[in-house]
Amino acid sequence: MSTDKVNRLEEAGGVGYVWVDDRVPASGYLKKQFNKVFPDHWSFMLGEIALYSFILLLLSGTFLSLWFKPSMIEVIYDGSYAPLNGVHMSEAYASTLDISFDIRGGLLMRQIHHWGALFFVAAISVHLLRVFFTGAFRKPRETNWVIGVTLLTLALLEGFAGYSLPDDLLSGTGLRIAQGIMLSIPVVGTYLSFFIFGGEFPGTDFIPRLYTVHVLLVPGIILALITVHLMLVWFQKHTQFPGAGRTERNVVGYPLFPVYTAKAGGFFFVVFGITALMGGLFQINPIWMYGPYIPDQITAGSQPDWYIGWLEGGLRMMPNMEWVIPGGYTISMNVLFPSLILPGIIFTAMALYPWLEAWATGDRRPHHLLDRPRNAPTRTAIGAMSLAFYGLLWIEGGNDIIANTFDLNVFAVTWAMRVALFVVPPLVFVFTRRVCLALQRRDRDKLLHGYESGVIKRLPSGKYYEQHQPISDEEHAVIMARAAAPKPLPMPEKYDDKGVKQKWYAVKMTQAKLSHFFYGDQVPMPTAAEIEEARHHEAEITAERDDEIETSQAEALSPRQ
Amino acid sequence: MTIEPTGEAPETPLPVHHPRRSDIDPRAAKRAERQVGFLFLGSGLASIGFIVAFVATPIDESMYIPFFGDVNASNLLLGLLMGLSLFLIGAAAIHWAKKLMPDVEIVDQRKAEASTQEARDELLDSYVTGIDQTGVKRRPFILGSMFGALALVGLPAIVLLRDLGPLPGNVLRTTMWTSGMRILVAETNQPIRPEDLTVGTLISAVPEGLKEVMEEEGNLNELAKSAVMLIRMDPSEIVSDQTPPDAELPWTYQGILCFSKICTHVGCPLGLYEQLTHHMLCPCHQSTFDLANSGNVIFGPAARSLPQLAITVDDDGYLVAQEGFTEPVGPSFWERG
Repeated sequence: MSTDKVNRLEEAGGVGYVWVDDRVPASGYLKKQFNKVFPDHWSFMLGEIALYSFILLLLSGTFLSLWFKPSMIEVIYDGSYAPLNGVHMSEAYASTLDISFDIRGGLLMRQIHHWGALFFVAAISVHLLRVFFTGAFRKPRETNWVIGVTLLTLALLEGFAGYSLPDDLLSGTGLRIAQGIMLSIPVVGTYLSFFIFGGEFPGTDFIPRLYTVHVLLVPGIILALITVHLMLVWFQKHTQFPGAGRTERNVVGYPLFPVYTAKAGGFFFVVFGITALMGGLFQINPIWMYGPYIPDQITAGSQPDWYIGWLEGGLRMMPNMEWVIPGGYTISMNVLFPSLILPGIIFTAMALYPWLEAWATGDRRPHHLLDRPRNAPTRTAIGAMSLAFYGLLWIEGGNDIIANTFDLNVFAVTWAMRVALFVVPPLVFVFTRRVCLALQRRDRDKLLHGYESGVIKRLPSGKYYEQHQPISDEEHAVIMARAAAPKPLPMPEKYDDKGVKQKWYAVKMTQAKLSHFFYGDQVPMPTAAEIEEARHHEAEITAERDDEIETSQAEALSPRQ
Repeated sequence: MTIEPTGEAPETPLPVHHPRRSDIDPRAAKRAERQVGFLFLGSGLASIGFIVAFVATPIDESMYIPFFGDVNASNLLLGLLMGLSLFLIGAAAIHWAKKLMPDVEIVDQRKAEASTQEARDELLDSYVTGIDQTGVKRRPFILGSMFGALALVGLPAIVLLRDLGPLPGNVLRTTMWTSGMRILVAETNQPIRPEDLTVGTLISAVPEGLKEVMEEEGNLNELAKSAVMLIRMDPSEIVSDQTPPDAELPWTYQGILCFSKICTHVGCPLGLYEQLTHHMLCPCHQSTFDLANSGNVIFGPAARSLPQLAITVDDDGYLVAQEGFTEPVGPSFWERG
């Protein structure tokens, strides 16, 4: 051990650090990490928002757990909220009222916790869209994509569990629906429901059980998955957008210490701060207005939190298909399909998407440069189509509110949405794909002719023209990144040269067709010769114009005859 | 199969760095320093303010804020001050990083994605050696018994879950309604005579003795399935009811019908009654039932009609059930049939 070094660190005030470093040598590793580079882009903050919201949820949730009593034992309320005094309710609901009215800062923490949860799911969702539309899920990041999809699913579950705990009229109604959904599961549904609820609905076991799921089980899994998620980001290094100086082999940005530490650390506080401001300023989930859960009561216009809306919409939109199959068993497709089968298909397809696309395009190269959405038109169109599908389900989740607000017939709204669900997404697909290709064409134009400067000039002959300017090196690099897009696969031959039919011919053919679907319509990048010719052409025109101006100036100067 | 890219993006140098104002003008740098400092100070003040507000503001005091209306003063002040104390730290740190820390982008090289073939081969060799050393290839009994044990070891944990709840048995098919049981108005818990119900009204009702059953069981289970509603309509408006052809008495009494209040879709209580059309709408998913026509579904995701409870009057003239429900109420389930 070099005493010099120890002294320097100790003199710098790192006595405690040296104590640790003597036992767990970390200096070499830390030194390297200080210079770790993170690329900068606003959209890289979305995942950060999700992470910080989660930490905020752990902190505010711990605070709430100090007072919340997860119990369905019936009590008679006797607290500061006068309108409910003397009302029978569960201990869970009564303690939530206490947190809201008798504990200073309790309402604030409840509202922070609820707003935080809404932000958490929103941030995950938008982060996932960013990753999808930029192709960040491609090799080598498929695992992290799957972890992300799992985290989204868990966040939905965790949010719903938290929403259900206070045992108010809205949350109890949500649980009733959840139990109805459980009952629709073939073969085991009835048993599942009886085991989960400890008997019939609502029973007295469920909220204590849900509490353990909400505060321990699911957050524990989320925390573990977030850790792995971040470790993979760390070791695989962050992706970056194309630009001058950025390649597949490097990463350009700011060092972890000090710039990124200050920025990300600061952003951590910004997320906390904004959520706290929301908690102070904007009311959310005023459970005292709903009253305690009573199974034969309901309010009109019941709405779940935003992220459950699409599932709610599916339940509302589904036609009433229920079959009794031979043997006397019931299949409630009207419940089973929208609430379990469809989400199952959607989440599975989402999780498998990296492999599906890699297979369809044949592109199994590692990618560290992100795609601009226009450069992968079919993927972007698939994403937009899926968003439209999701959005329509989500809107249908509020069909009663829409009907009420716009004075429409609620049945008509539902019918319109049923039709739209099949008609709109394909249109969105076609439209998005065309827009992407149009943007590619514009990019090509910029490479060949520069950008339209907006400067209009008039020639002596009276002719107007707009001056084009060459694009910057940065923009050039951004546009040229599309050159790395894969070529569509060649169509396979049905028979080889000996006349034997190829193995897997149909599969290979499908793959080739899909790859043409993905990358067959790309607007060709201009070749060097084309760029040269365009420049030459531009120079000729400029020369002509200069000539004209010169001649006219010469004429103007020459003495009149 | 190898993938051909359509072309190759040329490698370009990093863009030229343009210095910021604070890089070249010491006064601008000084100004940024002051701004960062004051942001931090503001946060400190907000933290102290939070403590003051916590102590000084009574929890039930409300104050009027334009556009917001009457709000809880304690919640508003605590939220604002906590929000500011956090937000200002963040704002200060970001401002500091953006104005005073270097904004020159640096380049790091990525490492190879995969391990080298050499490393893989070495790993494989170690693994093969290790497996050899365990001797499983020569002693297959160990391997077989180990997998057997591992397959069984999780089962006790699953079996332990058995007592989470009772088996469903018959309880989803039955409610407490029985022959001659009085129908009580849910609001008042009092029995009701037909003449107390005017044509066009709908009230929520429960079986007599429900309160006692719930107290004894200590839960709301019975209410969740035996809640009903009484509707009186002009008998000429009733298109049909669920009275079976072989019934001694009609299930409807003098235009009074009794239906389960629990939606046959996923079990929400029904709630929106349209008097003129006799349509009953579920507020959860808009399943709509025609109460004048056997409670049949006329729109929405519910598939089954609302179960009707056969009613009549007892000797004292109170409405009673003729018998219990003849089919399960509420959402469908696998064994329902």
